[in-house]
This record gives sequence, C-alpha cells and structure tokens, in this order.
Amino acid sequence: MAIDRAQVRHVARLARLALSEEEEERFAAQLGHVLEYVERLQAVDVAGVEPLSFAGDAAAGLPLREDEPRPSLPRDKVLAQAPEHNGEAFLVPRILE
Amino acid sequence: MKPELLPLSNVADALASGAVSPEALLEASLARIRALDGRLHAFLRLTENEARTAAKAAGQRRASGKPLGPLDGVPIALKDIFCMEGVETTCGSKILSGYAPPYDATVVRRLKQAGAVIVGKLNMDEFAMGSSTENSAFGPTRNPWDLTRTPGGSSGGSAAAVAARLVPGALGTDTGGSIRQPAALVGCAGLKPTYGRVSRFGVIAFASSLDQVGPFAQDVRGVAHLLAAIAGHDPNDQTSSSRPVPDYAAGLDRGVRGLRIGVPREYFGEGLSPEVEKAVRAGIEKLRAAGAEVREISLPNSPHAIATYYIVATAEASSNLARYDGVRYGHRAKASQLLEMYEKTRAEGFGAEVKRRIMLGTYVLSAGYYDAYYLRAQKVRALIRRDFDQAFATVDATVSPTSPTTAFKLGEKMDDPLAMYLNDVYTVPANLAGLPGISVPCGFDSKGLPVGLQLIGKPFEEETLLRIAHAAEPSEHRLPPLAEGR
Repeated sequence: MAIDRAQVRHVARLARLALSEEEEERFAAQLGHVLEYVERLQAVDVAGVEPLSFAGDAAAGLPLREDEPRPSLPRDKVLAQAPEHNGEAFLVPRILE
Repeated sequence: MKPELLPLSNVADALASGAVSPEALLEASLARIRALDGRLHAFLRLTENEARTAAKAAGQRRASGKPLGPLDGVPIALKDIFCMEGVETTCGSKILSGYAPPYDATVVRRLKQAGAVIVGKLNMDEFAMGSSTENSAFGPTRNPWDLTRTPGGSSGGSAAAVAARLVPGALGTDTGGSIRQPAALVGCAGLKPTYGRVSRFGVIAFASSLDQVGPFAQDVRGVAHLLAAIAGHDPNDQTSSSRPVPDYAAGLDRGVRGLRIGVPREYFGEGLSPEVEKAVRAGIEKLRAAGAEVREISLPNSPHAIATYYIVATAEASSNLARYDGVRYGHRAKASQLLEMYEKTRAEGFGAEVKRRIMLGTYVLSAGYYDAYYLRAQKVRALIRRDFDQAFATVDATVSPTSPTTAFKLGEKMDDPLAMYLNDVYTVPANLAGLPGISVPCGFDSKGLPVGLQLIGKPFEEETLLRIAHAAEPSEHRLPPLAEGR
C-alpha cells in the first residue's frame, strides 16, 4: 500500500514529530513497505471473532481498587527532573498572548 | 572454576557454603566488566557505590547465617528500562538522557529485598524497539561469540552480559521476543513469564498489552530463582495477577516423563535456517529420550502473527510515547511556541526506528483506519490465542526454534525494517496470546554460534515450563571466546 508525502506530513503532525524532507521521503517508502506486508490480515476470516485486548489473568480480570487518597511522590523530587520549573509547577513556552 | 564464571544457581550455592563472599563476588564481577566491556558494550553505566553497600550488607547477613534467600549477595544487572531511584535511566534513548527516576520499579525493589547486588544498567534498543540492540542511542552491544555480530535485542545488553559472565543474572523485558531472541543468540536461558505474572510498575512502557519483565541466567535454575524473587501481585500494576508464587526451583528435577510436547509445523517452514532446525530437532529428541511424549501439532494462525504484532505494538507505542513532550522530564528542544517545542523535542530526542513505529502506530489509529487495522489485528490476535488454547487441550507445551537464524552481522538488517521484524516470527505469538515462553541453548551452528530452543507453556504454568526447559538445557555451559579474554 503506497503512502504519499502529504499523508506522512499529516501523520507526523498528529504524532507531534517534526520530520526533515529526507525523513518524509524515507518514511513514506518504509511505511508503505510495512503497510503492504500487514495487508495480509485483510484476507483473514474474522467474522464473529471478539477482539482480544487483554491477554492476562482471565479468571481475575482487571480488578479495581478503592479510590482512596494516598501519598504521592514528593513534589520537589519530581520537579527536579523537569527541564524547566519554578519550584511549584512545570514551565512551558507561553501559550496565550 | 572461578565462582564468577559459574551459572547463577552455582553462584548461590557457593555463597551459601561460604566458598565465596558477596564482596569478593562483586569485585570479581566489576573486574570482568572493566576488562571486557570495552569491547562488548553491554553496560550503559555501573552503580558501583550502591553495589558495594549492598554487597557489604549481604556479606554480614551471610556471615551471621541469616541470608534473605538464594539471591542474597548475587550480582545482578538491569536493562536500562527499569526505573531505579536516583540512577540515570534512559531506555536507550537520548530523549531520557539524564533522567534519574524518583522511585524504584517494583521488580527493582523486590530484587533489593531479596538481597541481590545491582551492579549497573544494560544497553538496549531504544524504547525496546528492535531485535539487535543497534537502535540504542548509545551504540550497539556486540555478541560475545563473535564481536562483528549482534547479540539480538532488544535486551541485548542483558543477554551479552550474562553470556560473557560479567554478571550471573540480569533482567530484561519482552514485548515481541526481546528476552528470548537475545538469549538464543548468545546462548543463555531467558524467560518471558505469563502476562500479569510480574509487575511492570516502574518499567518504561512500550506496548502495554504485550510488555512483560523476565530474567536471564546461564542456567534454568538461575532463571527460576530470579522469577521467584520478582513475580507476584503488585497493587501498582492492575494487570498483575494475585495468584500465589510457587517455589519455581523446587520441582525442576522432576523430569518430563508423561508430559506432552507439541511441535507446531508452522514453526519449521520457509525462512528457517537448516542448521538451526537441525540443532532444535536434536533438542526435541533429547526431550523425547527423557520421557516426554512428542507430537506434531498445528497453530494455523501463526503466519499472521508478525503483521498483527506490528499493528498492535506500534499503536500502543504511539500512545505510550506521547508522554515524551519535553515538559516533565528528559530532553527539551529550544522553541518559542508550545507546539514547536513538542515537535522539535521529539524530532531531536527519538531515533529513526522509534519515529518509524510512532508514525506507523499513529497511522493505524488515525481516523478512518482504526477498524481496518487495529480492530482487525485484535481479532486476529484472538484467533492466535485460540490456536494455543486448542493446542493446550492435548499438549503441555510447544517446542520450536526461538529465532530462524543464529546471530547476524551488525548492520546487516538496519536498512530493511521488515527484514528485522521477521526475526521475531517465532516469538511474537506468545506475547500476543499472553503466554509464558523460554529460550534455552540447544547447540551451535557450523560457525560456532549458539542456537536457542523455545518452549511456550500454558498461562501461569511457569513451573512446568521451567521443568521442561531444565530437561532440555545442556549439562555444561561452554564459554564464549570473549569470556575467556580472547
């Protein structure tokens, strides 16, 4: 299945990835190649088959816990990993003028 | 033989008998890393100070006759995907350079509680995406049997470190074969437990419905000791099972008499190297000779596994990796606008394979394509699981090659993503179906490269799987040339 440069640009925007022209060209070819390979699934008969999204402990399922307040990680330790912060919050470039 | 060259279970025995101390064992391990890892590049960084403190404490417990268990004082290394408090954790990516997590992953905490001495963090394909460790942002790891070849991936650092006897045990993760394939390519044992057997809290996520943590060791008994230490319920991972954790090492010697082992014919078709097939068939004969009942079976949907996997895994990855936006941790690009900051940060921080998979995953989830790709893949996934459920009505495990070839040359598949993906043809079905799988060595090809034999078992029946693996593994473990300093 062919995929063109415009589609690559659209997907890159959705994924928040800035691509160079060279990358756009390379990914168009490589993604097309992989999409062509996965096309084979269209021939599989899946009529009446329920999709499988959880392949874990079927007997237990995914139990929920009580929604009770618990201590979180200390704020200073978490903020210390941020590229930019003011001691109380993460800082990002201005969003509103 | 020097204790640091022994398989993990013998190292544990040597510690228990007092033949070696945890401190001496750690120093021997660090000396081997210093001598050999310049050529191997299994380690991204060492945690020498923490390790010395832990070894000293283990030594005191051993000396006073109060060890915490078989792992007390055993040097262990971690794939760089596991968060360790205060220790840089990069997941093989530039985007996490300098990131020092504020907490330990549950498996790291459990290893520490078992007395294990954590010596450092191991190389990997960026975000565990790859089958050769060449996608690491910090350069590839090499195969200790032939330094021009790959150790496999994505947990290539873990596999290479264990095979070269830099450490007796290591942890990795397996999303599509990332423990079993490198174990096969370097000639050690590597287990992917059942989905839900081991907590993934603090393990950097790739594809959440497939990711599972597991151990590497030279011997199956070592794998059993490590699994016993890390398995079990964790309230911080909703998918983790609360089933009791058995003593996995206890039943290993019970043999395979009466067990039924299926040979799926789809795993012996086109693309399988004749030399790999020969060694695996010999391994199957060994199981038959030990009393197992071997029969041919069919897993008819196996040929769809790679296509299914590369839709499901990339879709989940595109969602999981959205968190790397330059706001809370890791790299941030210089930019005056927020959107520009996101796009540039991710462009600068991610390598080519990670970008490719984010693009593919975003594409298959995008408007108009969801039903045709992701939903359909999840339905085929159900068929793959159904194949195993039907097979397990008549057999206790399946046996096959782990990988279609032995270790390939560095660079050989880097320009052809699809050729690289096809390495995982025999390993991805267990991830899609959530089943436990293990690779154990079963011989060598004519170039002297190791061949791996894969066993896949019923959900949460790791005990049976390990018992069969123990019957299949070699009684002696040959040292790779690098491990002997050659």
